[in-house]
Amino acid sequence: MAYSIALDGTNWRFSDLKDLLAKATPKRSGDELAGLAAESAVHRIAAQMALAEAPLADFLTATFVPYEIDEVTRLIVDGHDAAAFRPIASMTVGEFREWLLSPQATPEALAAIRPGLTPEMVAAVSKLMRLQDLVLVAAKCRVVTAFRNTIGLPGRFATRLQPNHPTDDSRGIAASLVDGLLLGAGDAVFGVNPATDGVQDYTRVVTLLDDIRARLDVPTQTCCLGHVTTAIKAINKGAPVDLVFQSIAGSEGANAGFGVSLAVLAEARDAALSLGRGTIGRNVMYFETGQGAALSANAHHGVDQQTMEARAYAVARRFEPLLVNTVVGFIGPEYLYNGKEITRAGLEDHFCGKMLGVPMGVDVCYTNHCDADQDDMDGLLLLLVNAGVNFVITVPGADDVMLNYQSLSYHDALSARDITGRGRAPEFEAWLAKVGLTDSAGRLRPDPDPLAMRPGLAAITARLEAAE
Amino acid sequence: MSDENNRPPEVVTPATPVLDDLRRFTAARVGLGRAGSGLPTAAHLKFTLDHARARDAVWSAMDARGLAGEIANRGYPVAVVASEAGDRATYVRRPDLGRTLAPANGALLRAKLGAARIVAVIADGLSAAAVGANALPTLDAVAARLEAYGLALDAVVVAEQGRVAIGDPIGAALEAELVIVLIGERPGLSAADSLGCYITYRPADGTPDSARNCVSNIRPGGLAPKDAAFKIAWLAREALARGLTGIDLKEDSAAELETGPAALLIEG
Repeated sequence: MAYSIALDGTNWRFSDLKDLLAKATPKRSGDELAGLAAESAVHRIAAQMALAEAPLADFLTATFVPYEIDEVTRLIVDGHDAAAFRPIASMTVGEFREWLLSPQATPEALAAIRPGLTPEMVAAVSKLMRLQDLVLVAAKCRVVTAFRNTIGLPGRFATRLQPNHPTDDSRGIAASLVDGLLLGAGDAVFGVNPATDGVQDYTRVVTLLDDIRARLDVPTQTCCLGHVTTAIKAINKGAPVDLVFQSIAGSEGANAGFGVSLAVLAEARDAALSLGRGTIGRNVMYFETGQGAALSANAHHGVDQQTMEARAYAVARRFEPLLVNTVVGFIGPEYLYNGKEITRAGLEDHFCGKMLGVPMGVDVCYTNHCDADQDDMDGLLLLLVNAGVNFVITVPGADDVMLNYQSLSYHDALSARDITGRGRAPEFEAWLAKVGLTDSAGRLRPDPDPLAMRPGLAAITARLEAAE
Repeated sequence: MSDENNRPPEVVTPATPVLDDLRRFTAARVGLGRAGSGLPTAAHLKFTLDHARARDAVWSAMDARGLAGEIANRGYPVAVVASEAGDRATYVRRPDLGRTLAPANGALLRAKLGAARIVAVIADGLSAAAVGANALPTLDAVAARLEAYGLALDAVVVAEQGRVAIGDPIGAALEAELVIVLIGERPGLSAADSLGCYITYRPADGTPDSARNCVSNIRPGGLAPKDAAFKIAWLAREALARGLTGIDLKEDSAAELETGPAALLIEG
């Protein structure tokens, strides 16, 4: 079905909803690379005005990626809950935005409509929203998950402690991990991106992380971010796997580019659940996504990158993950050119994930071939914390020496806590106080003496020295 | 400059001493201390200096002709090609053009080099500095390891403004069974000279990334070229033996170090 609007004497026409969404998307380099973007600023706003008039119900019959050839589309269409959709069924996209901003859209009301929302509807309304809208509505969405601690509670945000090392050296990983712990990071997960994807390295890394967690009795979970098939092999060999990780995207073809399918993800989840390692919850999956992933695999089917990204969240929610984060600035300037585009994309991704019921975090990050710097990251972090982000990624000094990009530092999370008063996961917060790192307000002590950690740290150091 | 002795002692909190035992094992920015919740000034400025250096490295240029000369001196058939990206500014925004050969380059390549079973491609990627520092040492080490397996590099191609997948049309033009792409990785703050290696069996246009094997962070301070070559040659040998690369081929050369024939340990 075509959409059109007359503006300043020009009649703008959009061939279908897919075309309308692409043209209405705020400017970014990836859609220009794909040849999908609006041709002018007025063209873009014309599309947004036409989109505002489009009925939400149109999304239930429109084709983005054909049902017959794509298992992600089948997941979205077959899983749609018409009863949950009913309260918003008569709204246009523009009216939906107004409802979301209104006091009627309470956390409970937003949770109730979730099964009735498709990723494309959520992406569409985000295209009509400014940054403050994306923050305000996301802040009303609650998505709480648990494994050894509880993530996503109001007034809190967690941090992934990412102690990467260029060669997966055990002592190097341990150094960055202990540094992060002493700065109060790691309640979302201790998560290492391995330099090489082999079963042996995977098992060594995940065993190291589990050993440190257990010796220090930290109420958190660990993850080696190798390929899902490597994780399954390691689990079968008896490795201590808490969370299974995988990069995912919004089409069957893009997932095939990552070497996965819905069936493989289901197999991995079953394998992780079979270990029964979660103490207070059973969310065992960890996914990463990012705008541009489908396009880079040439599996975007002419859909704009932000809508494809929202479809990845439909994949994620199927597997009840503990953690999902967009690696927003990692993919590079060909998809998000500068700090402005990264900032908007990070807030869009967080909003869309939360609207769909995904426990959304963000890797607030950029690469050195992108026109961005730490000032841009400061802005995005503070916006996200106010939007109620479930977690962010943190690395020593904001510099990931293995993946060669800049994320947030452990310090950045501390500053955001100071500015906004947000705490950590409650179980982790209690542990920090117990071992003597923080005071009663959850702030790091000016002269910390983690007495309770000393024996554990000494044992870890001794073990690593012995392995030298 | 402020005098350290005059600074009130409580302003900057030093890192906990326990870290001293571990920090020598990583180039990561551990043990920085803190000023309140923020970074001490010197650590903050060191970061911004390193970022400025990395930004400059992204825009540096590869000496393709000089590199080809060095490779020719080693006795390999060599050719220089260019992607369709043309220049750096285009390269950064248009990965599609960095994956395809400029017009006529495929035919020229075939005419100059003929068919080749194992082809190495050296591409600038996002760090010409990485190629300048580490491409030749890695190439030499890979060639030596391949020789130990009774294999040899049949041709080397230097590709300007190239992405990883530029190896596909190059390999296809030479009817290669295996292409080994050595490419400058995206510069990080502490490593602007890191080389990546991507190995693809039967390269062809449209090969998905899941059909490649990767060895990354190749540089003296990361995975040393000699150690990288051990993994790369192992993958090359297994790829040819099993007829595939990608997720179904897990790099497991370390197992060979422990259990393999003693002859393999000589260079390890």
